[in-house]
Formats: sequence, structure tokens, C-alpha cells
Amino acid sequence: MEKSAVFKGKLLPYLLLVPQLVITLVFFYWPASQAVWQSFLREDAFGLNSEFIGLENYQALLAQPEYYKAMATTVVFSSLVAALSLSIALLFATQADKNLKAAPTFKVMMIWPYAVAPAVAGVLWLFIFHPSLGTMARPLRLMGFNWNPMLNGNHAMALVVMAAVWKQIAYNFLFFLAGLQAIPRSVLEAGAIDGAGPYRRFWTITFPLLSPTTFFLLVVNVVYVFFDTFGIIDAVTGGGPAGATTTMVYKVYADGRLGGDLGGSAAQSVILMVIVIALTAIQFRYVERKVQY
Amino acid sequence: MVEHRRWNDILAYAILTFGVFIVVFPVYVALIASTHDAATVVNGNMPMLPGSHTLENYYRAIFIGGSRASREPVGHMLMNSFVMAMGIALGKIVISILSAYAVVYFRFPFRQTAFWIIFVTLMLPVEVRIYPTYKVIADLKMLDTYAGLILPLIASATGTLLFRQFFMTIPDELLEASRIDGAGPFRFFKDTLLPLSVTTMAALFVIQFIYGWNQYLWPLLITTQESMQTIVTGIKKMLTTTDELAEWQLAMATAILAMLPPVAVVVFMQRLFVRGLVETEK
Repeated sequence: MEKSAVFKGKLLPYLLLVPQLVITLVFFYWPASQAVWQSFLREDAFGLNSEFIGLENYQALLAQPEYYKAMATTVVFSSLVAALSLSIALLFATQADKNLKAAPTFKVMMIWPYAVAPAVAGVLWLFIFHPSLGTMARPLRLMGFNWNPMLNGNHAMALVVMAAVWKQIAYNFLFFLAGLQAIPRSVLEAGAIDGAGPYRRFWTITFPLLSPTTFFLLVVNVVYVFFDTFGIIDAVTGGGPAGATTTMVYKVYADGRLGGDLGGSAAQSVILMVIVIALTAIQFRYVERKVQY
Repeated sequence: MVEHRRWNDILAYAILTFGVFIVVFPVYVALIASTHDAATVVNGNMPMLPGSHTLENYYRAIFIGGSRASREPVGHMLMNSFVMAMGIALGKIVISILSAYAVVYFRFPFRQTAFWIIFVTLMLPVEVRIYPTYKVIADLKMLDTYAGLILPLIASATGTLLFRQFFMTIPDELLEASRIDGAGPFRFFKDTLLPLSVTTMAALFVIQFIYGWNQYLWPLLITTQESMQTIVTGIKKMLTTTDELAEWQLAMATAILAMLPPVAVVVFMQRLFVRGLVETEK
């Protein structure tokens, strides 16, 4: 789509573009290309010496058991968070879509956690489930459950997942509710006339019609889990215990900062970039399809 | 509505009330913790009703700061967060409305190239290129400055795409009419385009303010002085001591203060927030 009526200016359009282009080139393209270049270098911790070593950083990375562990952790973490937050949000959204007097109030009450910073959400959940002072830790222990996210990797993962799901429900709820409200009432009425009850109508009419929203949210949720949950992990577990909650993004940070392995960290960045570009490409193909329908 | 059954409504109320309970519970506990003294919070059996140390805790958090790991008063961190969030929101609106204006309303060589250069930034969040970006900021001597906190986070295409999309919906007749009235590119932008874009700008502002306020990894990396810390990174620093020493009541008061501004934005500007969220995702 193009405008037919435009201005002629020769210099002006370039001047208008300068601020954004300069910022993008300096703070996006320069660092992104540095990351690619650095992934082929071996650098000492002070950045004084560097030599070109080709693919050695990648080879070293792919020979590391920890890297595969981080990949597995990322897959487990993102599937748990996406599955839980999507299904819980869908349950709440279908209820809020009913003709209730208090529906607008419920809507506000459900969406505000979107505004809570991931790191803050992490601290809130850490406080509730803290092994020694948490409000929920005591009942758990009284039930004979030896709860300790500081020592037990599965407990740590459960805690991080809870905080991440809690924060993401708001976003999914909002989009599911919009999707539900876009479904024509007449289709549902037709189903009801044919004798389908609410349960049957949901699975045979509502859920299939909602699938574009669900698919869009699935992609967005995976991207969310990859990047935005950094704050949650850092605040709650710091990637521990024993790397049980170290995701791929957390490892980029930890290896570069704590390990001083800038080349390895850069190689991980490049692999992540490829993954994100693939995810975005999937999302765009889907968006195009939606436009055609 | 297709049918109206009483039990159906009751079930809906029950499920939603349970949902709200889950959503509110962690914040309620934090709020309660911020009203007790350190000993009550740490003993692991904190009451679920407010205590009597509210004013004391918030006063200490805002004006004095923790006595152990982090000594920076939260009042100052709030100011840093505010400057950063405003800088990101306003900065992004300014650069992206200008570039969208150029891309939509002018024809010039390399127009498509410029658009794609900006567009590609959608694909890579700052998290995947943190160290190289850190190095750029260090080389430019921008560590511990507001510019260093703000500029790398506005290098993204969302705003440009949003304004481009909006400009496309403005009828061409408006441009032709102001041309007949003798208006040049500046007059048209100022008198026609800007007033029409107010809602779009406000929606983008709401989303970007929340995005900027909630940043964690980037401020953590590039601020070394406590005086430049933002509130979201400050909470974590209050807790990085041994557990027995962490001042949880102050950390929880800080968490509440850190949540208030962005949550208030969502609650009071709900319409703009929803619009911004839905449209930036298109």
C-alpha cells in the first residue's frame, strides 16, 4: 500500500530519518555485527588481545554438556510456562466473556500484572515461597513436603515457572478475551439451536475459531519466556541451584559476565539470534495468512 | 446470549474470583510484609493482617535506604526509573513519528532500504546482544548516564511501524486540501498530522513507559554507581546478602513502590493501554 499524494522534498526526508537511522546503526547494527565478529575470536578477559579462531567457539560450545543442559532447561521452562499460562488465561477469558455484570471489574483485576516488572514478580514469589520465611513454605513443610528451591533444582524450576505464569496470564487473558468477543454470536446461537450445550459449543465452535489467536499467543509466549523472564530467573534463583534454571539467555549473561568468556558468550548470542529470527519468520507467515482470510 | 443458566453464572463468578485471588495474593503478601518490622517478617510466621510499621518502613525505604547491602534511598531510584521510562517513551515517539512521516509522505531514493534497515530491528531484543551493546556504550563513554540507559532501548521499529500503519489510514484528500491552502511539509505535519496522531502517540507512550520502567538486565549491566540505579534493579541488590540479614520489609516496600507507577498507568489508562498493546503486536 502506498500513498498517491506525497511531498517532493529532496533533503527533508533524509533529515527526518536521521535520528532513527543513527540510533539504529550505532546501537543495533554495530553491536549485532560485533556479536557475530566476536564469536569468531578468542579474546582475553580484558579485551586487549584477540585472535581469529574461526568456528572454534562454536565447536567448544557444542562440546559443552552445560550448553545442552541449558537448551533442555529452556525447552522445559518455555513449554511449561506457555502451556500453563495459555490454558489458565483461556479458562478465565471464557468466564469473563459471559454476560456478567462485574465483567469489566474482573477484566481490570486480571490485566494489571502485565505492568509488574518481571524482576519484581520474581521477588514477590520468592518471598512467598522462601524456604525459611515464606508464607507458603510453612504449610508445605507441615504437610511433610521438604520444600527448598535453594537446594532442589525441580523446586527452583517450579518457583520460576509460577512467577513467569503469574505475570503472563494478564497478556494472554487480554488477547483471548478480544478473540472471544470477535466470534459472531450468531454462530454460537446456531450451535445452541442444534442442541449443543456450552461444553460442546466451546470445543466444536469457539476453540477452532480462536485458533489464530492461540497460535499468535503461542509464538509471543515463547519469545516472552526466552527473553523477558531473565529478570525473574536472576531475582529468584540466579540460574541455580547447580544450573537447574539456567536458560540459554541466562547463560549468555552468566558466561560473559561471571565467566569472562566473551567469545563463547557471543557464539551463544548468534545461535539465539538465529532462533529468534526463525520464530519471527513463523509469526510473520502466520500474520500474512490471517490477512488473507 | 444463547441461554442464561443460573449455575453457569455462579460458576463463572467462582472461577473469576479464584483467578483474582491468585493474581492479587502475592502483592497482598508483599503489602502486608511492608507494614511489619524486620523480626516479624523473618520469623517465618508473619500474620496476614497489616502491622504497625508502615510509615517507618516506607519512610526508611524512600529517604534513607537499606542499612546493609544497598544504601541508596529508593526516592532517588524512583527518580532514575522515571527519567529512564520517560526518556524511552518520549524518545521513541519523537524518532519514530519523524521517520514514519518520511517513509509514508515522501518519495526519495533508498526509501525502501531505510525502511528495511529500521524494520529488521524488530527481530532482535536487546538481551541477545548485551555485551557488544555494553561495549559500544563504554566506548562512547555513556556508562552511568541517562543517555546510556535510554538510547539502546529506543533502537527498535515498533513505533515506526505503528505510526506508518496509522498514517496509511489518513485519507489522501487531507494532504491535497492542505496543499491547496498552501501548506508545506512542516505546516501539514504540525497542523494536520500531529493533532490526528494524539491517540496513537498516547497508546505508544503507555506501552513504552511500562517497557522502560520495567527494564532489568540493561540497567543492571551499565550502571555501576549506586546513584544511577533504577528501582527494579535496586530491589534485587537489597536481597543479595545472606538471607538472615536481608531486610525483607524494606525490599517489599520497595517492590510495592516499584509496581505503583506502571500499574497505575494500566488501571487509569486502560483503553489506551489495550489499544497500544494490541496495535504494537500487529
